[in-house]
Parts: sequence; C-alpha cells; structure tokens
Amino acid sequence: MKKELILNSAWCKGCGICVAFCPKGALELARGKVQRKEGTDCILCGQCELRCPDYAIFVQEKEE
Amino acid sequence: MAKVDMTDVREKDVNVSDLVFKYMRPEHLPHIWCPGCGNGIIMRDVAQAIEDLKINRNNLVVVSGIGCSSRAAGYFDCSTIHTTHGRAIAFATGIKMARPELEVVVLTGDGDASAIGGNHLIHAARRNIGITVIVMNNTIYGMTGGQYSPTTPTGDYGTTAPYGNIDRPFDVALLAAAAGATYAAHGDCFHVPETTRLIRDGIAHKGFSIIEVADVCPTYYGRKNKKGSAVDMMRNQKENFVTAAQAKRMSPEELEGRYVLGVIQELDFPEYTEAYEKVIEKAQGGAK
Amino acid sequence: MAKRVLMQGNEACVEGAIAAGMRFYAGYPITPSTEIAEVSALRLPQVGGKFIQMEDELASIACAIGASATGVKAMTATSGPGFSLKQENLGYACLAEIPLVVVDVQRSGPSTGLPTSPSQGDVMMARWGTHGDHPIIVISPSSVRETYELAIRCFNLSEKYRTPVIFLMDEIVGHLREGVEIPEAGTFEIVDRPVPEHYYPKKHAYHLEEGELVPKMAPFGAGERYNVTGLLHDDTGFPTNNNKIAGDLVERLMKKIDDNYDDIVTTEEVGMEDADIALYVYGGTMRAALTAMEMARAKGFKVGIFRPVTIWPFAERELREVAKKVKRIVVAEHNYGQMLREVERVAKDDCEVRFVGKVNGTVITPEEILQKIEEA
Repeated sequence: MKKELILNSAWCKGCGICVAFCPKGALELARGKVQRKEGTDCILCGQCELRCPDYAIFVQEKEE
Repeated sequence: MAKVDMTDVREKDVNVSDLVFKYMRPEHLPHIWCPGCGNGIIMRDVAQAIEDLKINRNNLVVVSGIGCSSRAAGYFDCSTIHTTHGRAIAFATGIKMARPELEVVVLTGDGDASAIGGNHLIHAARRNIGITVIVMNNTIYGMTGGQYSPTTPTGDYGTTAPYGNIDRPFDVALLAAAAGATYAAHGDCFHVPETTRLIRDGIAHKGFSIIEVADVCPTYYGRKNKKGSAVDMMRNQKENFVTAAQAKRMSPEELEGRYVLGVIQELDFPEYTEAYEKVIEKAQGGAK
Repeated sequence: MAKRVLMQGNEACVEGAIAAGMRFYAGYPITPSTEIAEVSALRLPQVGGKFIQMEDELASIACAIGASATGVKAMTATSGPGFSLKQENLGYACLAEIPLVVVDVQRSGPSTGLPTSPSQGDVMMARWGTHGDHPIIVISPSSVRETYELAIRCFNLSEKYRTPVIFLMDEIVGHLREGVEIPEAGTFEIVDRPVPEHYYPKKHAYHLEEGELVPKMAPFGAGERYNVTGLLHDDTGFPTNNNKIAGDLVERLMKKIDDNYDDIVTTEEVGMEDADIALYVYGGTMRAALTAMEMARAKGFKVGIFRPVTIWPFAERELREVAKKVKRIVVAEHNYGQMLREVERVAKDDCEVRFVGKVNGTVITPEEILQKIEEA
C-alpha cells in the first residue's frame, strides 16, 4: 500500500514544530501555514505527525 | 434494557487522520489551544495508546478538571466529563467504583492535579483505584494567564511571581509514587513513542497509574521565562531529556541536569474495586 | 406486612435511601451525620451496593456525582461545615443534570459551631449556597418515620427531574430514636431517571422534544458517547458562548422545577380548620409546635400548624391561603430568622408575623412558642 503526506491547513496554527524536526528538511512555513518545501524529499517517516499539536499533518495510506 | 445502535453516522473528512477520526471528535477541532501548545501532542499519545490497547470507545470514560489541559476531555469520542477544578480524580473514583468494567482516564494539569486537587491525587494513589491519571505539566496556570503553579521551578517567573518564584516545585509523579501509586512514570512531548508506551502501559496497568508528561507552554511559561518558541522548548526536551534506556548508559556526570523519562515506580498491590468486591462477598455471607 | 422497628433518624435516612434504590454512597465523617456513613458502610455491600469514605467533603460529592453519571443512584451526607464545602459541586450536578441526593444534618454554626447541637441555620445555604442561579429541591423531615419516607421521595424527585435534591435534616431528627413502620417493597413508588429508548453513539445528550423539560440521558458506558461539562452548554453537551443558548439553558433548568411546583411541593397542616393563629415550623421544630398547640388550645387559643415538608421551592401558594385565614403567624425556627423573611414576604399584607428563634444550641421549647401565641 502506498503512503502519502496530507496537510490540513485549516487546522495548522503555524507553530513550526514539524518544520523544525523534519529529518529531511522537507517542510516550510508560508503565510503561517505548513507546506512542502520545493526540491526536497519527503520520506513519509511520520515524525511530523507524531509531534503536530493540531493534527494538521499526517502520513496515511493512499486510497487506490 | 435499551438497544444500542452502533451505526456510526459520521463522515470522514480526507483531511483528518484515521487515528484522530477514530478516537476524537473532529467536529470540535481545531482545538482551543495556542499555537505550539503541547497538549495536542499528549492528546494524540493518549489516542494512540487507546488504539494500541484496542479499547472499545463505548467502555472508555475520559474525565478532566479545569484548566487548559482539561479541555482535552471533550475532544475524545467516548463518554467524557469535564468536571470542577481539582476534582477530576474524585469524579473518576466514583465512576470506576460504580462501574469497574469501564476504563477511566483522567486528563489533568499541574495546577488541577497537584494544587487544588492534590488531596485527591494522593488518596487515589493510596487506595490503588484502577484509574489512569495523565498530568499535562506545563509548569504554569495557562488558562488564567500565566500564574506560577506547584511545578514552576524556583526562580522562574509568573504573573504572580513578578520577582521570581520562591516556592519549591513538586515532581507530581514522584509525589504520587510516595503516596503509593502502583505505576508512576515521566514522559514528555518530544519523545512521542516513549511517552505513548508509558501511557499505554499505565492504562493497561491494574491499579492506580500516573504519567506526568512534561508539557510545552510557549505562550505563558515560555514567553515569561525567555524559553524561546515552541520549537525551542521542544528542542530543549530533545537535547536534555533522556529515556530510561539512554540514562542507563550515561555516567552521573552526563546525567547532571537531565530529565529522565520512564517508569519510576511499579508495584503489585490489590486494586481497590476488586478489594471492594471481597467486601461485598463478606457482607452478603455475614448477612445469612 | 409492614414491620415496626426502633430506628434512629440517621439510620432511617439510609434505610429509606436503600429502599429507593441507592446503591452508592461516598462520604466523609462529620457530626451529627456520621451514622449515615456508618450505616451505609454496613448496609450497602449487603445489597450489592458500594460505600467509599473519601478524603474530604469535596471529594465525597464529586465521587457520588461520578457514580451517578454511570446510572447508579448515589448519595452523600454531611453537616454544616461539610455542606459549605459541597456547594460548588452541587451547582455542577444542577447544571450537568446528574441526579444526586445530598443530606445535610444541620448543626449549630457558624463555622465549627456547636457540633452536637441542633440548628436550622442552613436553610438559606440549601437554597442559595452554590454560586449562580440554579434550581434546587429541598425537603425536611420532622420525624424518624417521615425521614424514611422522605428519603425515598428525595431519590424519586432527583431521578425524575435529573437534579440534586437536598435532604435537609437537623440534629433533632437525625439523633432521635422512634418506632418506624417499614413499608413492604412494592407498596411505595420508585422512580428511575429518564433514559433514551435507544442508545445512539454521539446523540445530543441534552436534546429535548417539544414540551420536554428533562433530558433523557444514557448512563456512561451504555453506548452513547456524549460530553458533560460544568460550562453552559448546548444540547450536545459542549460549551457555548452563544448567549441565547446559555440563557435558554438556565431558564429551562429553573422552569424544570418551577413548572412542576404541584408535584414537588408538599405541606402538612394540623388543626388549621378553625385556627386563627398558625405556627409556621419545619423539620425537628414540629415536635415543640405540636405540644405548644395543645397547650394553647387548652387555654382557649385557636392554634393550628402549617409545616412545609418541601422547603424549596417555597410553599408560597399554600402559605398565602393560610395568611388570608389567620390573624397571626408565629414562625419558629432554629436560626436567626431565615425563613421568617420569606414568610413575611408572602404573609405580611394579610396577617401579623411573630418570630421565635434560637441560635444557642438549645431547642425551642413549647413554652417559648406559647409565649408568642399569648402575647398581645
């Protein structure tokens, strides 16, 4: 089963915790919300999900 | 006896993770807490622990008191009760005593559990009633705007400690352990897998369990005490908090100033509601 | 066959409660209510119920509310100082609509007061003790037999209206021993709280159909997963800042009791048929009033007794009728005149109101009441 990273900007409060602890530096904040950083690789490790206080970022199995 | 209709009528939003959808009430999210508040992280740990233990939500009761931490109860999709300041453990005792088959989890804060509710904490620990208390310790009264609490470190500042706090802080888990808690542990916000495991083991433990989780309050504690942003406070936990396994490999010098996560006490002692079942047997045998 | 047994008031309270279905008691020892805890500790496990001695008065009421949330009929008992400590959670039970019976065996105050001496000084605290506007039902017994019967009634009203009921006893009745006819089970009414016919997960726990005032809530653990809070809330049980919803909630809580006045309020009248002087008494003071009435009638005074059994809501309608009929009402109560003001409010345009009060820990004597009947 393939996985994907999902961002829920409606719930993101822009604390930056996911950005700081992403092992690949694959995230950034733009206008107070998290987004994928261009030119980086997301390895779908889910570290962001574990520490997101707002459940605004998570890794989930892809609906086929 | 009324019938239970188990149909779940909710529709899942693609922007909500399976875990959050299963154990929380997404219609009440996003939660009320500040950006970077660790409460949300701890709440997810609890949901993960419940998932790991395969607890049926219909048999789960989450009880809370008053304060930032205590708003957490309402976000869980089970029977939830947001009680009065300090009394969550006393309410939980009644729930567990009346219906021992229910899984009862108390979500509380440092002020709620160790100041206004300190008496209930030590006595629930002493009785060894089978509830799990998760203390979200942010070392400050957040809901009222940053007054020092019983866990604020000496010398730190709060709006009611403008010249620095002269009180000595409690270690809440250690306090409960001294009162007889049969499971007591320290967790934090950064070390998620470790803390989730501690919460899971605490809930699975038969008897009173407490997991004190070092929380992150960037808004009131962090700002007042120049601890930086939520990220800085999380980084401090990453760098200075060590797991019990790591601590074992460290010298006393290396451990200086470190906060050790893990179980601090685990005891085998009869659980209270089970002990009371024996009282009932005795009373009914004696009545004949 | 009803059996007749010698019983103490506090014991009758427990036996009545058990007959009503009480299966959980949480308490803390305090004179003169301690026997209620002691008898509960002995009797509850015999009937499969549970007793727990908590660490303090606040924990006791909180624990009882928690038990009640799971559908078990619960009670806690205390006296003056402990009743003060229970006030916050009393309001919680009112707002969260969790049935509960709180017994207060009144003793002399203020503060630690005279622990073993009678008083009726908590009458106003019973009405207004917890903060904020709230409904309350308060019932006061005047004999041991009535203590048994009214304990059942307290539970029935609490269950029916999903509201805490205060059983306002006093040291006189609590420590009195009298013969009590124990009615056979099945000969008296037992009311259980309204619950839904079907349990649906995530139902609006406080939802009401048109014309309903009491929500049908499932017990915790039955399959409905709802939220309970001490914050003003909407029908889902979640906090609200909507002033319309908040106002409507408080109003409904008040209406729930006010609109059922006829069901809740009971009074007793003795010798009122031809009376032109009425004694207004309640609780243990009734006993002195009965003797005073006899003494006065022997001297030719037409004296009767009006006794509210339900203390709150105030038996205003019945008292108004009495006031129209008599020339004088003598209020006798073991306090500095707490119900006196209520009686004056209702009666003073129709008749004169005199007062006998006691705050020194002794009981009001029939002679003291007689004096107020005789004086010009």
